[in-house]
Amino acid sequence: MTRALPTPPTPERRQLWRSRLYRWDSKGTPYAFVAPFFVVFAAFGLFPLLYTGWLSLHQVSLYHVNQARWVGLGNYRDLFTGAPSRFFWNALRNTVTLGALSTVPQLAMAIGLAHLLNYRLRARGFLRTALLAPYATSVAAATLAFALIFSPEGGMANWFIHLFGFGRVDWEAGRWSSQFAIATIVTWRWTGYNALIYLAAMQAVPGELYEAAAIDGASRLRQFWHVTVPALRPTILFTVVISTIGATQLFGEPFLFGGQSGHQGGADNQYETLGVLMYDQGFHNSMLGRASAVAWTMFALLLLLGLVNALIARRLRRSQ
Amino acid sequence: MHQTRTTRPRRSALLGAGALAAAAVLLAGCSSSGGSPAAAGPGQKITLTVGDFGTFGYKEAGLFDAYMAAHPNITIKEDTTTAEADYWTALQTHLAAGSGMDDVQALEVGRISLATSDALSSAFVDLAKAPGVSKGDYLPWKWQQATTADNRTIGLGTDVGPMAICYRQDLFQAAGLPSDPAAVSALWAGDWSKYVEQGKAFQAKAPKGTYFMDTATGLFNGVVSSAAQQYYQGGKLDYKDSPSVKSAWSLAMQADSAGLSEGLKEFDPAWQTAFAQSSFATTICPSWQQANIQKFSGAANAGKWNIAQAPAAGNWGGSFLTVPSSGKHQADAEALVAWLTAPEQQAKVFEAVGNIPSNQGAYALSEVSGYKNPYIGPNAPTGQIFSAAAKAIQPAETGPHAGDLQNDFSNGILLVEQNHKSAGDAWNTTVQQIDSSIQ
Repeated sequence: MTRALPTPPTPERRQLWRSRLYRWDSKGTPYAFVAPFFVVFAAFGLFPLLYTGWLSLHQVSLYHVNQARWVGLGNYRDLFTGAPSRFFWNALRNTVTLGALSTVPQLAMAIGLAHLLNYRLRARGFLRTALLAPYATSVAAATLAFALIFSPEGGMANWFIHLFGFGRVDWEAGRWSSQFAIATIVTWRWTGYNALIYLAAMQAVPGELYEAAAIDGASRLRQFWHVTVPALRPTILFTVVISTIGATQLFGEPFLFGGQSGHQGGADNQYETLGVLMYDQGFHNSMLGRASAVAWTMFALLLLLGLVNALIARRLRRSQ
Repeated sequence: MHQTRTTRPRRSALLGAGALAAAAVLLAGCSSSGGSPAAAGPGQKITLTVGDFGTFGYKEAGLFDAYMAAHPNITIKEDTTTAEADYWTALQTHLAAGSGMDDVQALEVGRISLATSDALSSAFVDLAKAPGVSKGDYLPWKWQQATTADNRTIGLGTDVGPMAICYRQDLFQAAGLPSDPAAVSALWAGDWSKYVEQGKAFQAKAPKGTYFMDTATGLFNGVVSSAAQQYYQGGKLDYKDSPSVKSAWSLAMQADSAGLSEGLKEFDPAWQTAFAQSSFATTICPSWQQANIQKFSGAANAGKWNIAQAPAAGNWGGSFLTVPSSGKHQADAEALVAWLTAPEQQAKVFEAVGNIPSNQGAYALSEVSGYKNPYIGPNAPTGQIFSAAAKAIQPAETGPHAGDLQNDFSNGILLVEQNHKSAGDAWNTTVQQIDSSIQ
């Protein structure tokens, strides 16, 4: 269709134009609205991720990133089998034990607390708000307070176990004692947060179920096991996933708990997590390449954990 | 960067990765910012920013006000961070980016060998040629520390950390040892192993629950830092064969196995409370440590501490002022740095906050030579002890990882003191730690 002069659009053409505009609008506008998120994500999420991946294939100093030397998978090889592998496997093991020590009691206590708060009791609103107080405390403040509690010289923890006839424990020096101390901080901070999530889910459980159970003569404990827990299964799975991710990335608590030797997770690396190892390599030893390799290994580990979780979730759904 | 440490754990790793990449992005896009600007013209109003950490004492001594009064066109803004570690992390990122630095930046002695290395030295201007600066005024080893291999001096010394030994005279008396500063200095003069021997003598008759020293890491650092050969030799890291590292390690192990050390980690809360509980009798005492002793021991222990010379003169701590080459007012910044590090100003800082001058001219001034600490051994010649130590320190070769090694060895000694590893295991772990942290 070629024309020498533009002619005013006929009513039909205008109609056509309008419907096309409408179609673009209904199809395109959602994309325009979500675009800011994806642009920001690309700039601050995707790009750093890819850039870190690129860095992990180089030997590169923090001070001269433009002088990166290509080493291929050398950083990963170092990490898994080379000189620093001792520290990597140690950090991985610590991450798993610290994660288990903090996640399991934290979620168990949270669900118990939520169950109690779900009953009618005085000052319920206040108690529910109070649950969030530890979560609102900064890691730095909480860790410093707990470092004093677990101090070998006149700390509250030693005073307490002394009441039961136990001797002085050098909390920070031992592998298990230090991990227990750090797990306590994590548990203290996150239990309330998880309890609120459980509480919200519990409110959605129909009251008739409890009434029926009560009429059948079920105790509160039985109600908890046979009504609450099954109804909460998807929520529990959600919190397990979130807490696992959190535990894998654990950084602030061990870093600050160690004081002078926090950057390497204690004098003997006894509580060095993967997050702390990454910081130590990148910012203490200024080896960006190796730090990036640790970051990517953590990322791969999380993907793996996510996959396992998805499989379990599917199993559970099928079994219902 | 401080943010990374304090955010909730779920996010911190992601943030860390983000920060790494962000630092990298900044780097990639930056190169040097071109020609060197001249001094501000007469009457032209400029603002000089001074980045420092902890207590440099310039504000306390009224030096900035005095300088601004003498130079009405200059306004000085101090940009100060409490913790040196946080300050350095931020400065590191600015250095990597080549921008965002103050006109004057302070550097702690632990960072100076990295700053003078080939990797970083071009980020700072050469201050040897700045007007009013004369090499001979400064302590030779201090001047050397800030000088690069190609003979550029990128930092002028502010304070130094000559070591003495602070001791509890009441505990010394209780253990039947002399307690007067001169007599105590004589007990171990010239040899660190005599200090350990005195420790055994102390421990034999010490009041129950008291130790001779707070930690053997202090002893280790004392021995290494008072030697001519430390961690480097011939431009290379050579700590395994260094005589001072060997003897420092073996003395620290001796002190531990003889039960002389309480095994505390320096600067930790437990270490701080131990001062108040009077559970140890001596601590390595660089000049800046006086403030800690007074603060942590508290009023209840006033008059119980005293100060003696260390077995050999060593240095722990002290800082420099540098002028980054990316600054807009380099000539003015150089003039300010030269003035701040001149003897009269350093003496005023010493008077105000107790930082021992690095400018030799200041030692003759009565503010320094006549100084006595009202809390620690009120009659001890503290000013003379520190100036004598500062002048006696031998220059030692250093390198970019010297600070890291000091840190790694302190950890190695803690492995023995706190984690009860054998000396051999602790040495191997320390060597592994060092090997894996240097690429």
